[in-house]
Amino acid sequence: MVTLGPFLKRELRLLARQKADWLNPVLFFVIVLSLFPLGVGPEPNLLRIIAPGVIWIAALLSVLLAAERLFKDDYRNGVVEQLVASRQPLLAFVLAKLLANWLSTGLPLVLLSPLVALLLNVDMASFTAMVLTLLLGTPLLSLLSVLGAALTVSADKGGILLALLILPLYIPLLIFASAAMEAAGMALPYHGQLAVMLAMLLFALALVPVAVTSALKINVS
Amino acid sequence: MFKWLHPYAKPETVYHLCGRLMPWLMGTALLLLLLGNIWGLAFTPPDYQQGDSYRIIHLHVPAAIMSMGTYSAMAIAAFIALVWQVKVAQWSVLAIAPIGAVYTAIALITGMAWGKPMWGTWWVWDARLTSELILLFLYLGVIALSGAFSDRQTGAKVASLLAVVGVINLPIIHFSVEWWNTLHQGASITKFAKPSIDPSMLWPLLISILAFKILMLALLCVRLRTAILVNEQHRPWVKAMAGD
Repeated sequence: MVTLGPFLKRELRLLARQKADWLNPVLFFVIVLSLFPLGVGPEPNLLRIIAPGVIWIAALLSVLLAAERLFKDDYRNGVVEQLVASRQPLLAFVLAKLLANWLSTGLPLVLLSPLVALLLNVDMASFTAMVLTLLLGTPLLSLLSVLGAALTVSADKGGILLALLILPLYIPLLIFASAAMEAAGMALPYHGQLAVMLAMLLFALALVPVAVTSALKINVS
Repeated sequence: MFKWLHPYAKPETVYHLCGRLMPWLMGTALLLLLLGNIWGLAFTPPDYQQGDSYRIIHLHVPAAIMSMGTYSAMAIAAFIALVWQVKVAQWSVLAIAPIGAVYTAIALITGMAWGKPMWGTWWVWDARLTSELILLFLYLGVIALSGAFSDRQTGAKVASLLAVVGVINLPIIHFSVEWWNTLHQGASITKFAKPSIDPSMLWPLLISILAFKILMLALLCVRLRTAILVNEQHRPWVKAMAGD
């Protein structure tokens, strides 16, 4: 934990200097969402019905877009190799990556949610559910995309492979998140779905960083 | 126990062991497959509700059970490969994955063919069907990941790691019918309770399940032998066998 600070500072400084890395996925999220009303028609009731699924699929895709570059630069310029070779625990580096990834891709989606709610004609009850599911779900998205990025960091065709690997793992999250928003839209309780999402998040938080460190070690050896 | 197991980590021993076991396994599997399917398809009474269309159970249930069984076998091999760095275990992960993918595809296709007359639709987005589909994607992911690296060793290791991570899906598939209210029926055969299926239909089904299990082992022997030859082609024992 002592070493988390410098790593996090480095990640945030990198993000501040390479704004495209985190701005593009956020813009992509907004653009995908604004395409749906054009594609399916601007009927407000229809938009309200499809909103939960559309929002979550756009969130999945934008996080996936950011995932590809997560470890690529650090791998190419040898940072990962140096960290594996040094006696520094890799875990602090991984946790800093995770936190920076969530701050740059997950948090903007939560902050943008009022705008999204306006665009897709989401009512107040569903809006609360949307913010809650995004708050619980985006850290899990970050965890899974860090895992996928670590697995494919030295692969020849990383990009499309990454989507093939992580999208199946995203499916349970997608099911519960959109179920919670649908229940909220029908004024039903949705604590159960939120509890399951929290359970998945905690479970992944306990195990994924360990898997990520061993994936990085395999990739540099 | 490790002293007894240790010689089996040597590729040469495994190669010859697989060669000796393969004909027996393949023969038994084909015999049981014929027995179970002919008995099940021709000589069991029709179901009182589903008529004759339930008979596809003799392909669907064994393939579905073994799609998960094969995954757990692959995950155990992957775990051994990662923790103890046993080469043979690493190769067997890659040898098992396509077998499991085909079993999963058989389970999905026969399930669709069964769903059409019973539910009136080829596909529903029900929990068990969806999670079985995710299982197929996981198998395909393991296969694709192992082939994506220029270094074969790294590919095998990374694919093993993915196989271990994907184990999380197994309990989800197994309990999906109990956790969610879905169209797919619950399990008819359990270890602890009396099966909710008539004995005259149960026996051919059990034989088919056993046949699929042994067939998986037989196919694994064939594929593992090939993998060992490919990976050890520069070793003296392979060269001596090839007559160089």
